[in-house]
Amino acid sequence: MSLLAIKDLSLSIGDTEILHDIDLTIAAGEIVAITGESGSGKSMTALAVMGLLPRGSVAKGAINLDGTDILQTSETDLCKMRGNTMGMVFQEPMTALNPVQTIGAQVAETILIHEKTTKSEAHKRAAAMLERVGLKVPPSRYPHELSGGQRQRVVIAMAIALRPKLLIADEPTTALDVTTQARILDLLRDLVREFDMGLLLITHDLAVVADIADKIAVMQNGRIVESGATRHLFAHMQHPYTKALFAASAHTVSLPETPPSPPILQVRNVARDYPMSRTAFLGPRPVFRALHDISFHINAGERVGLVGESGCGKSTLTRAILGLEDVQEGEITLDGDPVFSGKRPNLAVRRKMQVVFQDPYSSFNPRHRVDRLITEPFHLLPHPPTGPARADAIAKALTDVGLSPADANKYIHEFSGGQRQRIAIARALIIEPELIIFDEAVSALDVSVRAQVLDLIADLCRKRPLAYLFISHDLSVVRTVTDRVMVMQAGKIVEQGETETVFAHPQHPYTRTLIAAAPKLPDIGQTG
Amino acid sequence: MSRNLIIGTALTVLFIALAALSFLWTPADIETLDIPNRLQTPSAANWLGTDHFGRDMLSMIMMGARTSIAVALLAVGIGMALGIPLGLLAAARHGSFLDELIMRGNDLVFAFPSLVIAILITAVFGASAVNAIIAIGIFNIPVFARLTRGAALPLWERDFILAARVCGKSATHISIEHILPNITNLMIVQGTIQFSLGILAEAALSYIGLGAQPPTASWGRMLADAQTLVSIAPHVALVPGFAILLMVLGLNLMGDGLRDWLDPRIRVART
Repeated sequence: MSLLAIKDLSLSIGDTEILHDIDLTIAAGEIVAITGESGSGKSMTALAVMGLLPRGSVAKGAINLDGTDILQTSETDLCKMRGNTMGMVFQEPMTALNPVQTIGAQVAETILIHEKTTKSEAHKRAAAMLERVGLKVPPSRYPHELSGGQRQRVVIAMAIALRPKLLIADEPTTALDVTTQARILDLLRDLVREFDMGLLLITHDLAVVADIADKIAVMQNGRIVESGATRHLFAHMQHPYTKALFAASAHTVSLPETPPSPPILQVRNVARDYPMSRTAFLGPRPVFRALHDISFHINAGERVGLVGESGCGKSTLTRAILGLEDVQEGEITLDGDPVFSGKRPNLAVRRKMQVVFQDPYSSFNPRHRVDRLITEPFHLLPHPPTGPARADAIAKALTDVGLSPADANKYIHEFSGGQRQRIAIARALIIEPELIIFDEAVSALDVSVRAQVLDLIADLCRKRPLAYLFISHDLSVVRTVTDRVMVMQAGKIVEQGETETVFAHPQHPYTRTLIAAAPKLPDIGQTG
Repeated sequence: MSRNLIIGTALTVLFIALAALSFLWTPADIETLDIPNRLQTPSAANWLGTDHFGRDMLSMIMMGARTSIAVALLAVGIGMALGIPLGLLAAARHGSFLDELIMRGNDLVFAFPSLVIAILITAVFGASAVNAIIAIGIFNIPVFARLTRGAALPLWERDFILAARVCGKSATHISIEHILPNITNLMIVQGTIQFSLGILAEAALSYIGLGAQPPTASWGRMLADAQTLVSIAPHVALVPGFAILLMVLGLNLMGDGLRDWLDPRIRVART
């Protein structure tokens, strides 16, 4: 008999149907993954199993967990089950932990709520559980003293403290770096085997799914469009959506060749220091060196990638290149002119570069219309176009990124994430800069949208020579859209070279670790 | 629109309309004393009765609304005109000496009990409506400066500000073009709240004789005059008392309702 059996689950909020006829079973010791793009209903399914449906929602069908129908169970009884029979791991480990309690106390609390046991006994068990999830710090630490991966281990320890029969993990590794992600996935797999739990894994990342799951359910618009054993499903994909999702995840673009050209951006021996808070009342401020001796160049029309994990100094380098902050050592020049010119920005230099940010939701002033948003760089021109010339420029910029000129009069909230990222690219391109910095520009997008944006970038490269620095933690994306790649670790560039060479024959141990840790899609070429 | 917002706006508009109407017409002339008719209870001739000089109370309330609103509005104006730019400047130069200077200056003003200093100012420079405006206005400056800085700081971290900086825009330019429009809602709400506090402060100052001087009508002065007559003619005290109460209540309800109505998060949910 299966541990969890969801039968004909439908869910509606008001007149909108969120889930339609969901059928899913999980056996003890089995890992089942639900995958799909944002808004497909993955998380809502997980919340339904926890009995945490939003107010005003109406559920039909049955969710049978170990003989109990969740939908027919009262809130009081559900509270007893949560943490006890079922545990949950959330995406963002920082917000899932209470910042003013020690991690030991938080794990112990879960035990104390559900079991009649003494405080010292609970703390002893909490410490043991923290050790079991591979945490090498004492339980007296506070969440802010831990790294993202360590925090996620604490969250997992809380979820499994009472050995639940079912563990639900909602995007447990999305907020983590690749190497940490690999370790957390290993941990989850081990725990499932050891405790004979069922694991319901929610993730948008097909590569993660392929790595770990026994069974997969692919969701689209609140329906499971296809499900089956992982290997079988990948080998014999039936539904067009599954195929599209797979194709988009493995999407590659072909970049046009660039002739050898002179360097435009020169970064020479750059170091960047940040002052930290004083350790003594009158003592000097200690200094944190975020960038060590960084040197590289980007040629005209060249596509360069920069990979590294969070905190390695990627953003600091971006700000330094954009001339927003000064550097302590070395120099950064664009076409021979220094990018940083004190308080008064040198518009002639700024004109030659633009940037596209990661978060399509905070990149735009919500109170301006699209025409005003994308013409902001005109501020850099000595004689910005006006009247019909301006309208033409706007129309051209929007058409270039695959939007309609009529979109110029809309507000930004009327666009989806992918469309916003197109608008961000239009804004960057409108003054035809020589260099664009893509700062994790596709990381927040769904795979199919990401594929479209990558196509767009490749298209733009074909239309005119465009040099860019593509910063990302996603190795597969960097591999397809760059000619040359740099690997950064702890403020240093540890390896750089031709993208294919670096990926095929990594020299530095850190590069090897990164490439090994990245989850890979199964190769379906032979079987399909 | 919430019920609070409708009731609050209705009360506020009512008093502003009364004040505006007083420029054109009042039921009676308040500078004419009619001693034989003093302390009349409300009647068809005098809707709200008469005071100890026989003046029509409704006319007095209308003229008093003019004083109260003018003083409070100008005081809020002073607070906004000086406080918002100071706050924007402090946020733009976050962490600098200038930021410290502005914010510690605000702390200094906040450290004094506002009404006591207002009394000091009016006592030293003479009791008049203009001095009351300045005294109340000074204490509005740090309120707006702090609020502006607090709201602007997280905005400075957003990517669209970074994009504007990449486009070579100066801090002043960014503050005016990007920061200010995004905090306007907050300022309107706080302005409404400060407006109501200004009404109270003006009433308090004129109650102790340091606000607008006779023959200018003012609600606080009406209360002070009625003080000894409460047992004989309670309406003389109740009428200005209720005028202050309703005006302040209306403004607070309006501020509360505006906060919900203008909140973009709620507005997104609504559209």
